[in-house]
Amino acid sequence: MQELINRAKELLADGTVARVLGWKKGDFVYNPEPHIFTSAGELEKDFIYDGFCGANLSKYMIRASRMEGKTLVFLKPCDTFSFNQLIKEHQVDREKAYIIGVGCKGKLDHRKFQERDLGDIESISGIRMMDECDVVHVTTIYGDKADLPFADVMLERCHYCKTKDHQIFDEKMLGSRETTDKDGDRFDEVRRIQKMSPEERFSYFRSELSKCIRCNACRNVCPACNCLHCVFDNTNYDTAQKANADSFEENMFHIIRTLHVAGRCTDCGECSRVCPQSIPLHLFNRKLILDMDELYGEFQAGSDTQTPGPLTAYTLEDPEAGAGLERSRG
Amino acid sequence: MKKIAQSLIPQFLSCVGGAMDLFVPVRMSGAANWGIWDKNRTVDLDTLKTVKSPKDVFFPQCQTMYTVHHADAGYTIDPMKLTSQPFCVFGIRPCDVRALTVMDQVFLAEPEDTFYRARRENAILLSLACHRPAQTCFCSVFSIDAAQSDGADVMMWMIGQDLWLEGQTDKGNGFLEQFSELLEDADDGACVEEEKESIRAITRKLPYSGLSLEGWGEGRTDEKFDDPNWEQLSDACLACGTCTFVCPTCQCYDIKDYDTGHGIQRYRCWDSCMYSDFTLMAAANNRTTQMQRFRQRFMHKLVYFPTNNDGMFMCVGCGRCVDRCPQSLNIVKVIKTMEKGREEEQA
Repeated sequence: MQELINRAKELLADGTVARVLGWKKGDFVYNPEPHIFTSAGELEKDFIYDGFCGANLSKYMIRASRMEGKTLVFLKPCDTFSFNQLIKEHQVDREKAYIIGVGCKGKLDHRKFQERDLGDIESISGIRMMDECDVVHVTTIYGDKADLPFADVMLERCHYCKTKDHQIFDEKMLGSRETTDKDGDRFDEVRRIQKMSPEERFSYFRSELSKCIRCNACRNVCPACNCLHCVFDNTNYDTAQKANADSFEENMFHIIRTLHVAGRCTDCGECSRVCPQSIPLHLFNRKLILDMDELYGEFQAGSDTQTPGPLTAYTLEDPEAGAGLERSRG
Repeated sequence: MKKIAQSLIPQFLSCVGGAMDLFVPVRMSGAANWGIWDKNRTVDLDTLKTVKSPKDVFFPQCQTMYTVHHADAGYTIDPMKLTSQPFCVFGIRPCDVRALTVMDQVFLAEPEDTFYRARRENAILLSLACHRPAQTCFCSVFSIDAAQSDGADVMMWMIGQDLWLEGQTDKGNGFLEQFSELLEDADDGACVEEEKESIRAITRKLPYSGLSLEGWGEGRTDEKFDDPNWEQLSDACLACGTCTFVCPTCQCYDIKDYDTGHGIQRYRCWDSCMYSDFTLMAAANNRTTQMQRFRQRFMHKLVYFPTNNDGMFMCVGCGRCVDRCPQSLNIVKVIKTMEKGREEEQA
């Protein structure tokens, strides 16, 4: 980690960048926050990059692109897909970013510690980039100690990591470690749900979405949700951004959001990471990714900055509009 | 003092739930939230903090106030009925009980909120002491006792295989009397005293227990409003409403009309100062940046509210926002950062 701090200080000192977008130490090991650093002293004191730095910083670059000078941003391999996609959508300015692609050994999910009654973490080891990140040793404020396999407390998305190769960068630092499950496929869960009867499937989603509190965290963290003014924030409609006027509205919100980000969603998994109610929102997006892959051929949003997405490109070979209907009828 | 074996709690709840509306923490799709008891639902008394607080029970996130129906003869207006039957809130934590006292300042002050008063008056609060407070808890900073809530009708402690209950008000004693069949009389409960001491000892040692509120409170508007730290504190804020919606004391709401096609439903719903249309006026919006909205939330809790309510803070230290903020921003970080700023200034 010190090498990241040193490099950031160099780039600040020689004027290459005006600020550094990274992660700031929290008051607990598990709550670092995204932060803009402007001085060497601040970097030295507060910068951190470890297993709990899961936040995808690419969306903050929309704002940083409008600031004076370049911003040094640390992007993990999966974050670079989002950054590319934001370039494609003309939301960020490549020239305003100095990208250090940082390695990733998988990111941790504090809720998985909480589920094991180990959420009150007093000290933890095995989560720094210099560690193997195979086993996490945790001690709670109650003196409980446990050694947990890293994979058991990792964010869901890391089990299905697309790649540990950065898609865009100015330089790369720190090594990565493969986190993908050998036998796993990110669409397994989607396929399992597809096999349910329509009634079962409906009640599964109704149950999950009934927890939605309309906090909009999923939308606001999503790099693909970059509308300046969301349709749900329009005060002239009967729909409100903040509450469900009827019992289907939260369902509607998520369905509309999924469709709007279709073809642009990189499957970064931030929506599920931030949902306060632990709704597996990424499943909606994966369902559409799977459908689009089957209908239009495999496509990964954000793997480059040029290729038009499956829903914005037109070819004569595209399936007819009725194809989706036929599919849904089985 | 009464007690009941843990294994009999489902039966006890079934009795209560058969006699009146019963609100309990319910586990559904992997999350614990408050809901109305039903024999098919899973009651979760183990989870310390429900995702949302029991605020909904008194002040629902979305509540129809009246409906207007358009018919040939003109309009009919039907106000929603007020709660008139007693109901039970089982397992509410001491911080969440105090949160009701905070909301009382707003809703029971003139002009009184009749919906809220009806809910408040008919509620029987059975509070459960926090056997194992979390690292993110800081109720003691607001002089709240996690071992015993003075605002509850009945206080409860889960000790070993038994739940101990003690009536604290006439209403609470009446409740225990009404459902005495399954409860056994217990001694004065030396083990309850032990449990209380144990909880208090833990609370004193929690990492946030030493949090200082010096510099906040009544009359600090000018000093805090222009603090240079707001900018960097709010930098990472996503402007989502998680903190405000999981908060037991955030009580801002909006009133909206839902067009039913042949009339309207006028409803109110929780608002969030994090949202772009918060306090939007016909002319414009008086807060246009996220820094301003972020500042509003903490100034309201730590300065404006105490200024208007004899020093009472609008936070009970439940720590839900600490747990749930997507980007790990929270009120504790705000308090600590500004405290640090003061120290540096004085040094």
